[in-house]
Amino acid sequence: MTAGVIAAAAVWGAPASAHRREIPRLVVRQHHDRRNLAPVDDDARFLERLRAGDEAAFMALVARHNDAMLRLASTFVSSRAVAEEVVQDTWLGVLRGIDRFEGRSSLKTWLLAILVNRARTAGVREARSVALADIGPAVDRARFDAGGGWSAPPEHWIENAEERLGAAALAPAIREALERMPPRQRAVVTLRDVDGLDSDEVCEVLSLSQVNQRVLLHRGRSLLRQALEDAVGEV
Amino acid sequence: MALVRHELVCQEVVELVTDYLEDALSRRDRRRFERHLAGCPHCTEYLAQIRETIRLTGRLVPADLSPQMREDFGELLRRWRDEEPGTRR
Repeated sequence: MTAGVIAAAAVWGAPASAHRREIPRLVVRQHHDRRNLAPVDDDARFLERLRAGDEAAFMALVARHNDAMLRLASTFVSSRAVAEEVVQDTWLGVLRGIDRFEGRSSLKTWLLAILVNRARTAGVREARSVALADIGPAVDRARFDAGGGWSAPPEHWIENAEERLGAAALAPAIREALERMPPRQRAVVTLRDVDGLDSDEVCEVLSLSQVNQRVLLHRGRSLLRQALEDAVGEV
Repeated sequence: MALVRHELVCQEVVELVTDYLEDALSRRDRRRFERHLAGCPHCTEYLAQIRETIRLTGRLVPADLSPQMREDFGELLRRWRDEEPGTRR
């Protein structure tokens, strides 16, 4: 293990033995995914067919989860090609362990937890980690006066963001901000706000404490808000 | 005997927004947070923008599988089925 990987594992809160861990079994939990209730039910059906080796079911599951997996993998590795390898390696691990999945918890959380183990195992996180202490303020300090009150308060843009920017311009603004974001913040924000995992699931997938999950989420969302403000302001 | 705690200032409020939305503030801090919002249109606006940011981020559409990836995954499945002959179709 290189020093960079050790540092990354320490920041993520991963146990030192993570590289030899079995495919994790998830604890049974009441599932309260906001957005993806129907797909979760579908997952169980597809999984049943996949156990029998059904290729169409496999492709449906891969297509459904691939983007989230690639995005998460890319927060651990530096190239798209390596991220794709990690995703494929994850699916092979899933297929080999499929009879151990009991289907009582979210397949997505199970998949993503395996993926994170694989990404770490690959030892390819390099020295990309940023210590929590490096995380900056939610809003530029220059926008407050000496007493901590707003000197440059946020302008109102909520209702007209889509009108002024157009829906087509909003998505790239968000995507670009995500790409610029430190990887761990990107991982947490996309799992929460794009993929719809709850905080318990994100903590489980990334081996994070609730406090660190919130710190990363806070910084990530703050950066996205600023990016949207900038994008609306440019119009 | 409650300690005298100062009222929150805007710069502190923006750092507590996520803990507020995640329901991770103590009851007392939550009250202080909401008391500040009640008298501060700028921080109210800021909170609304964070909520809007969350909503807009949630509308990102996942990318589709490329034909090459589709092919790679087909290969992967066949490899797995070959590993366990007889147990899968």
